[in-house]
Amino acid sequence: MTRAMEHNLNGSTLAPGDVQLIVQEVMLRFGGVTALAGVSLEVRQGQIFSIIGPNGAGKTSLLNCTSGLYRPQQGEILFSNHHQTTDLVHMPPYRIAKMGIARSFQNIELFKHMTVLDNIMAGCHVHMKTNILSGMLYWGAAQREEIAFRQFAEEIIDLLEIEAIRKQTVGSLSYGLQKRVELGRALAMKPALLLLDEPMAGMNSEEKEDMARFVLDVNEEHGVTIVLIEHDMGVVMDISDQVVVLDFGRKIGDGTPEEVRHNPEVVRAYLGEDLEQTELKSFSFSS
Amino acid sequence: MQSGIFHSTYEKDMALRHTPAQKIRLALVIVVIFALPFWADNYYLTLANQILITIIGAIGLNILTGFTGQISLGQGGFMAVGAYTAGLIATRLGMPLWLSIPIASLVTAAVGGIFGIPSLRLKGLYLAIATLAAQEIIVWLVTHWDAVTGGVDALNVRNYLWFQGARMRFTEFQFYWIALALCVGTVFATVNLFRTRVGRAFVAIRDQDIAAEVMGIDLFRYKVLAFATSSFFVGMSGALIAHWRQIVTWERFTVDISILYLAMIIIGGLGSVSGAIYGAIFMTLLPAFLNSVGRSLGGVFPLMDNLIPFIQKAVFGLVIILFLVFEPEGIAKMWRNVKDYFRLWPFSY
Repeated sequence: MTRAMEHNLNGSTLAPGDVQLIVQEVMLRFGGVTALAGVSLEVRQGQIFSIIGPNGAGKTSLLNCTSGLYRPQQGEILFSNHHQTTDLVHMPPYRIAKMGIARSFQNIELFKHMTVLDNIMAGCHVHMKTNILSGMLYWGAAQREEIAFRQFAEEIIDLLEIEAIRKQTVGSLSYGLQKRVELGRALAMKPALLLLDEPMAGMNSEEKEDMARFVLDVNEEHGVTIVLIEHDMGVVMDISDQVVVLDFGRKIGDGTPEEVRHNPEVVRAYLGEDLEQTELKSFSFSS
Repeated sequence: MQSGIFHSTYEKDMALRHTPAQKIRLALVIVVIFALPFWADNYYLTLANQILITIIGAIGLNILTGFTGQISLGQGGFMAVGAYTAGLIATRLGMPLWLSIPIASLVTAAVGGIFGIPSLRLKGLYLAIATLAAQEIIVWLVTHWDAVTGGVDALNVRNYLWFQGARMRFTEFQFYWIALALCVGTVFATVNLFRTRVGRAFVAIRDQDIAAEVMGIDLFRYKVLAFATSSFFVGMSGALIAHWRQIVTWERFTVDISILYLAMIIIGGLGSVSGAIYGAIFMTLLPAFLNSVGRSLGGVFPLMDNLIPFIQKAVFGLVIILFLVFEPEGIAKMWRNVKDYFRLWPFSY
């Protein structure tokens, strides 16, 4: 029953394949702990770009640097959209959001007393214009804008198949549904670049399959670039165009899923020195 | 009994009232509001005016604390700004009250915005202490800036309808309509605010400020805006008190008032406009009710005369505690429960 969407969710002006995000020698320290020790990578428009690595490798730190929550001590994070390239390192998070970078969080960070619909509408914040005075009057332009964005929000609700829960308070929903709503809220920003931090963590295989399908839909039908952190190797190897492997804040592997799977350093990081010859593949599907 | 609510347009789905029952309830409330002043005596009209003014102040505080999640102990101080500004410009400049009230509200909004600046760095209890400082600073200024405020002496306020016109003395009946108009305006503005963009941003900041910032909400700007919006209505409530009582003294705006208002919105329901209304009504009527009970008891037990004021205070405290224990989400939630029960009645399973 999903109807065709009138709106495209992609907020990027780049052509598919153009370089969208360049992370250049990013260094992030917390006191004596080095979270990122000079990481560089390049994300192209239209990719599904996965970041993998053991716990504490610096994956989430890298995402937090990109969305402005952490400020790296060294390095540049260059983002291209609307025909200009900007360094994100010294920008506050809300301005980075306005440039078209949306994200979800590892531990769900929804507005949990709001309804699903309000969460998604809150995601439209940067695209809406109503100011406080016209909002208080709820007249004319303010009402028209609310209705127009309600329509847009409903398209996202259709896409993610959460029609039945649209008026429920988010805090009362199951974990899997909350993850889906969080994806919806990020999509409401019409992102040029979508950062997903473990969107499938803690899900059963059916929910994982659904989530993978939504991620693929968003990427293939709307052309939204996706940077994905995920521990489920099956999903990562299946849907990624490019995979980067981090370990102790360093990049130890970069390439297609096939290349990364056979990279000896990656295998060593995951399995330890002794099992150097073992293929990553053999353990990744065992769990 | 209804099976569901079905709408064919988003506009209808986004309306505030959907069912005939909701519309009938609203109509009843309107009838009561308009009929009340015609049969109530002066005592009840005074209570009604106090309730209307308190509602405006409680909604103001709820915007900041209930909706945006910024705990404020500065309510009394902000009300003092509104009351003194309105009182001074009306009395010294002979300004009519339809001008002095909005000006006082705007001045309070500006003051509130300034005291909201620390909220970028401070959260929760730390912010509460910072707003407590605002409260004390404002009261100190009011009592020590003799040349302007008259210091600890009471400020007599004059009401004008026109610049330097004849001095007005409003009856409780006349003042009821002024307070009612502003109260209804406040309710409408706030309800609408929280179903549009800026209001959602406020609630987003309360629920999850980091996520809100990543969604493109400038925390600093919106927190200061929440302080200013809240203070606007709190100042309006203070200005109304000045014009209603025609006397302003600093004792009315101490930290007790700040705590009383916090209790009001907690009992009524945090983060809901109707909660602020119920809380204001409850907290105004309960002392009045205890008073009249105390007076009639005093006739029966003359020896207890001295004790009755203390018993009143104890009962007041007890009722608040019982409320918090049995319905922490306040009167607004209780009323929702009652409505839900009768919506499905008699098949409430």
